[in-house]
Amino acid sequence: MALTLFGVVLNRTGWVWLIAGWAALAGVAIAQPADMQMWSVKAQDRPSDAGDAVQLFWSPIAPAAEFICYIVQRAPAAEGPFETIATVVSIDTQYVDAAALTGDVYFYRVAALDSVEAGAADQTTSPADSLSAASPARTVDTIYTAVAGPVNSTAQWFNLRRLNQFLVIIILSAAIIYFISQARSGKQLYVRKIAGLQAMEEAIGRATEMGRPILFLPGIHDMDDVQTIAGLTILARVARTVAEYETTLNVPVSRSLVMTTARETIKEAYAAAGRPDSYNDNMVHYVTDEQFGYVAAVDGIMMRQKPATCLYMGAFFAESLIVAETGAEIGAIQIAGTAQPAQLPFFVAACDYTLIGEELFAASAYLSGEPRQLGSLKGQDVGKVMAMCALGLGAALLTLHSLVPGWPILANMADWVGKVFQVR
Amino acid sequence: MGFVLIFAFFIPHHPFDALGEDVTVFFDIVAVFAFILGGGNLLRMHGNHIYTRHKDRWFSAVTLAGFLLMLFAGLFKIGQEGWCGAVDQPGAWFNNIYTATFDPLQSTMYALLAFFVASASFRAFRAKNREATILLVAAFIVLLGRTPAGDYATDWLPDSLSIFKVSNLANWIMSVPNLAGQRAIVIGIALGVVSLSLRVILGVERSHLGTDKS
Amino acid sequence: MFWERLLRLDRRWIFLFVAVSVLLPLLFNLECHQVPTPIVRGIFDKLESLPPGSHVLLSFDYGPSTVPEISPMAHAVIRHCLERDLKVVFMALWATGQNLLTSTVDSVVKLEFPHKVNGTDYANFGYKAGNQGVINVIATDFYKMFTTDISGMPARTMPLMEDVENMSDMSLIISFGGGFPGIKEWVQFAGDVAHVPVAGGCTAVSAPLLYPYYPQQLIGLMGGIKGAAEYEAMLTHTYPKFDPLPKRGMLAMGPQTVAHLVIMFFIVVGNLAYFLSRSHKAKA
Repeated sequence: MALTLFGVVLNRTGWVWLIAGWAALAGVAIAQPADMQMWSVKAQDRPSDAGDAVQLFWSPIAPAAEFICYIVQRAPAAEGPFETIATVVSIDTQYVDAAALTGDVYFYRVAALDSVEAGAADQTTSPADSLSAASPARTVDTIYTAVAGPVNSTAQWFNLRRLNQFLVIIILSAAIIYFISQARSGKQLYVRKIAGLQAMEEAIGRATEMGRPILFLPGIHDMDDVQTIAGLTILARVARTVAEYETTLNVPVSRSLVMTTARETIKEAYAAAGRPDSYNDNMVHYVTDEQFGYVAAVDGIMMRQKPATCLYMGAFFAESLIVAETGAEIGAIQIAGTAQPAQLPFFVAACDYTLIGEELFAASAYLSGEPRQLGSLKGQDVGKVMAMCALGLGAALLTLHSLVPGWPILANMADWVGKVFQVR
Repeated sequence: MGFVLIFAFFIPHHPFDALGEDVTVFFDIVAVFAFILGGGNLLRMHGNHIYTRHKDRWFSAVTLAGFLLMLFAGLFKIGQEGWCGAVDQPGAWFNNIYTATFDPLQSTMYALLAFFVASASFRAFRAKNREATILLVAAFIVLLGRTPAGDYATDWLPDSLSIFKVSNLANWIMSVPNLAGQRAIVIGIALGVVSLSLRVILGVERSHLGTDKS
Repeated sequence: MFWERLLRLDRRWIFLFVAVSVLLPLLFNLECHQVPTPIVRGIFDKLESLPPGSHVLLSFDYGPSTVPEISPMAHAVIRHCLERDLKVVFMALWATGQNLLTSTVDSVVKLEFPHKVNGTDYANFGYKAGNQGVINVIATDFYKMFTTDISGMPARTMPLMEDVENMSDMSLIISFGGGFPGIKEWVQFAGDVAHVPVAGGCTAVSAPLLYPYYPQQLIGLMGGIKGAAEYEAMLTHTYPKFDPLPKRGMLAMGPQTVAHLVIMFFIVVGNLAYFLSRSHKAKA
């Protein structure tokens, strides 16, 4: 029976290092000095997840400079066999085992290695095996923590890391529903004038007088983008007016699903206006999914058909200036709306009216004039107030901190405000 | 369904953890089938233009020819060995046509932006009021600052006045006032998205589905 | 009146001016001195600091339309990585990116670094559909998405991927592209989750939207052709062997400079025409 023992190493700074010793076969356990508890690993189920991860934390081993990395080992039982699941650089003292299976029980230990050779030799299941392979004169290279466990990973029903986002959604939704109910009860809600939307009817009338068609582009994204939905809600309003005025409407689209949805939208709008026979499926036609192929086709339509009114409502990217400039060239009145901040300057420069960001989403409510929908616009103002307060508070705290650096509480408070609104 | 997906964002437990991704995949599958409708519409509309001798029938002929050529080159793997494999192999007709026509055409369309920016600037940038004048001055600084000409123009300034070097001014304009404005717009957009989404989920807004009955 | 006629100037004259202003510097190979900015230098310094053998992931998330802007920066970064003996993992989140990636590997890696071995020094994993979902998966398990490279070589057995399980094993991720999915998605789903440094190269139009992420979530950003030119300038200054190679970014700065000056000229002329014709009308 061989008793294998690591020596205790006393380093220059006076820290006492505990070296774990194992007795192979003889089963002789060496009592660990109390100092070993200074370096241990803690394993726990990762909170707010789907039950597929275990978090490990350990205190850094000192002196850290002598150790190049940590290896993390896992076993189904406290006695082993342990398998190495990760190698972590020496500055990190935590690890997430994302390969844990829900409900399975695991035991963990961490080893600090002071050389690559020690690491290579230590890929076996226990340090005793590696030691027995080493020469008697070999110095200690690996230090293990005590085994942590049992721990099993379980799934939670609520992600607490997203609690702040949940609360914000509750507050916003409550505000929107409150103002919708206020509007339903008959209260008059003030909504500021949006020039682009007020000009919509005038633009449609212009096309009717000139006997030229109206071109409507719902953007180049699919139905999974809320901007496209916003564009189609505006299309419904526009189509109703177009049906009443008996003007020609042309809607080239970039996505097949948008084509089918837009057709239904326009068909219903024509039926609601009492002109179901005037509807024609060819009003909405598919061009191509490809961005620049689409804009080339639209430009061709504009140059040949010369629409009097061009409406761009949806998600646009690099093609925004190309269509807008072509529209300016043919002398059309152009009203654009997009939630792509990078494209807004191009629309502002080239179009007569531009709906900036949220005005696109408010357009349908604005055009309908329906109290319930206008109430929702009022509700989103609560969100703006929250954002402004948070921004102002955070900026004021950080500014004060820079002026009075001796008060770290200001920076801590600013950090806290930031964390409250952090997205995880 | 809307509320389910919202709540699924906060519930890590199976099956909610993968619900968002699964629904995205469902949408992709539906969109792929819908593509058949789009392609069919393209064929029907342009075929009709040719059949009825519409004045733009030659454009329709080019569209149909390109569509069918790429479709058959990709479907039947013309120029490739066998009936399987990626269409971007060397020698494949699909790959050759893509490289020879699609790539340059895309670059050409994007390059049009340079010309259109110039014509839009000439037509639209007028110092009609104070705000427009400030915008114009900022535009000049950024235009100069993004080129070596700006560096040459203000290189002579001492380090104490380096903030007035055109490139530094341009960076400041882009990363402070421009960014502040963009962030404000993005915050407004996010709130607008919440409001519209809630209207759609609650059924208050149904016009995009083709019915506007209260 | 002249100023009123100028206001109604046919825009094709403007197009002609712009075309000439872009062509002439290209014809005369006008090269301008570049002063690297800190935001671009961040990427360069990071690559310089990585020890040989470190893994770098390069994602081609752009299409043919933005090749003139983004390809020069991609080529410069690839040369830098291979010169420093870094292990390069290529992939694409855009379908159009795969073709560009393959042609870049053929024209830059295989031609300029013939001693580099596919599977050992670099690997091309091609395009994978799924947008940010792809990043989400490879953040924890690379092989769940990529079992082989585009030539069919198994990923797990490649010497290049020996110590790689997921994104955490990458020393740096650089995404080239200005759209969706792109740099923002890499920051959100790889940088923040796997704690891997992320850098980007994008179009000039997209750059302002990414400035908020610098310097904490993005260690650097090359915005537009100017960013590419700055990177090429740093590369050729540090590694003069790359000087004879075409520096498309730096060459493009000549046309960009002249084009910007032409645009400024037209803005001034347009405003002059506007105010002078207005005062003429007022007098009349």
